[in-house]
Amino acid sequence: MAETKYTEEHEWIRVEGDVGTIGITQYAQEQLGDVVFVDVPAAGRTVAKGEACAVVESVKAASDIYAPASGEVVESNAALADTPGDVNAEPTGKGWFFKLKLADKGELAGLMDEAAYEAFVKSLG
Amino acid sequence: MTETPAGPLKRTPLYDLHRELGARLVPFAGYEMPVQYPTGILVEHNHTRTACGLFDVSHMGQVRLTAKPGQNAAKAMETLVPGDIAGLQPGQQRYTQFTNDAGGILDDLMVTNAGDHLLVVVNAACKDADLAHMQKHLSATCEVEPMFSRGLLALQGPQASAVLSRLVPQVATMKFMTGVYVEIDGARCYVTRSGYTGGDGYEISTPAEQTDAIARKLLANPEVKPIGLGARDSLRLEAGLCLYGHDIDTTTTPVEAVLLWSVGKERRVQGGFPGAATVQKQIVEGSARKRVGLLPEGKAIAREGAGIVIGGKTVGIVTSGGFSPTLGRAIAMGYVERSQSANGTKVDLMVRGKPVPAEIVPMPFVKHAYFRG
Repeated sequence: MAETKYTEEHEWIRVEGDVGTIGITQYAQEQLGDVVFVDVPAAGRTVAKGEACAVVESVKAASDIYAPASGEVVESNAALADTPGDVNAEPTGKGWFFKLKLADKGELAGLMDEAAYEAFVKSLG
Repeated sequence: MTETPAGPLKRTPLYDLHRELGARLVPFAGYEMPVQYPTGILVEHNHTRTACGLFDVSHMGQVRLTAKPGQNAAKAMETLVPGDIAGLQPGQQRYTQFTNDAGGILDDLMVTNAGDHLLVVVNAACKDADLAHMQKHLSATCEVEPMFSRGLLALQGPQASAVLSRLVPQVATMKFMTGVYVEIDGARCYVTRSGYTGGDGYEISTPAEQTDAIARKLLANPEVKPIGLGARDSLRLEAGLCLYGHDIDTTTTPVEAVLLWSVGKERRVQGGFPGAATVQKQIVEGSARKRVGLLPEGKAIAREGAGIVIGGKTVGIVTSGGFSPTLGRAIAMGYVERSQSANGTKVDLMVRGKPVPAEIVPMPFVKHAYFRG
């Protein structure tokens, strides 16, 4: 069963087995505005939890995306090169960034569940 | 120049309207300004290029200069700027810069000959300093009247003329860079055919208390949508226009910034403005660096501060960069050493430590569409 967790940097990670799919949240895409380019990590790259490993460019600014957990990139969303607007339209669907083979699922324990994340966003005003 | 000065943020006469329209308000030059409305910057940008956008630019500084008896306001103004102001016919407008003694740019501005006075529009972030500068140097010869509470609306795009002429028929035949006093709903307004998008359009100076009503009247036209500062920036970048504090500042001269076209031909020879010696020397010998357009390959966006590199050697820096909605690709401008500034020169822009290949290209990126009659 898939489980989705959230970071304070407004990334989500949906875990199925030992693979996590990563993207940014609805709140994040609203804050960024129109996304025009996403630089996703190549398959095979090893990333550490908290490492800046992708960049999302909106019309306003470039923002780093941090790995919510450590692991190896097994796939990145190649379609975003042509349709970066997917991140705005479906941030938790077609707008996913990359998939990670998790090195240690225990790292996910520190992340927020959906209710905690919603409360966190509310607290931002 | 987006730093927020200490103290509470100021509001323009359209603050309530922005809130009603669902704008995202951000601090800009000491004001709470709309960066975008709910449709977002891309839609706003494209709407302005294809129909008509209404921008609140009331944060900019409007100043009236009136000659004291026996004096000449245009001649007085020429002691501060390199533009040909004395040559402006009544109703003509010109773009120029306040320069310092080194030829650096203190601000860029518009000056209009409104008959018995000059109307000056300066940047929001510089307006207090500009006013003090004019008061210090021009008070002996001119009445220097700040009109900082007035509204300023920019109506821009190919439909702007059709829209504004419904309210004021005479604006249809106005030419680019001319101005005229008109009445809109009983309010005395000054309209110029100018703007900061590279397209056709107008700027409308309005009495503070009637600004909201006039803005609503313009927005009631089906062609018109409100546009925020985000799209204003991408529109001006496509047009190759400088943003003060980024593409021009006190360390850049009009020659380096490739704004020599705005320096009067006689004034290049005769001088008489601050820093004239430096500017004249650069006209003859060339400046060490110059502002250029940059077209990156691929989709990565090189923003302000990115280094410009040739063969591993830094030859310049990006001063503005972003995504061009009209072209669907990244564009940028910056300064490079003059010896490397020829169009077609291949460079690398350093984006997050990685070189992005780019080419030096002529500007504007999107052809200007000014109405010249």
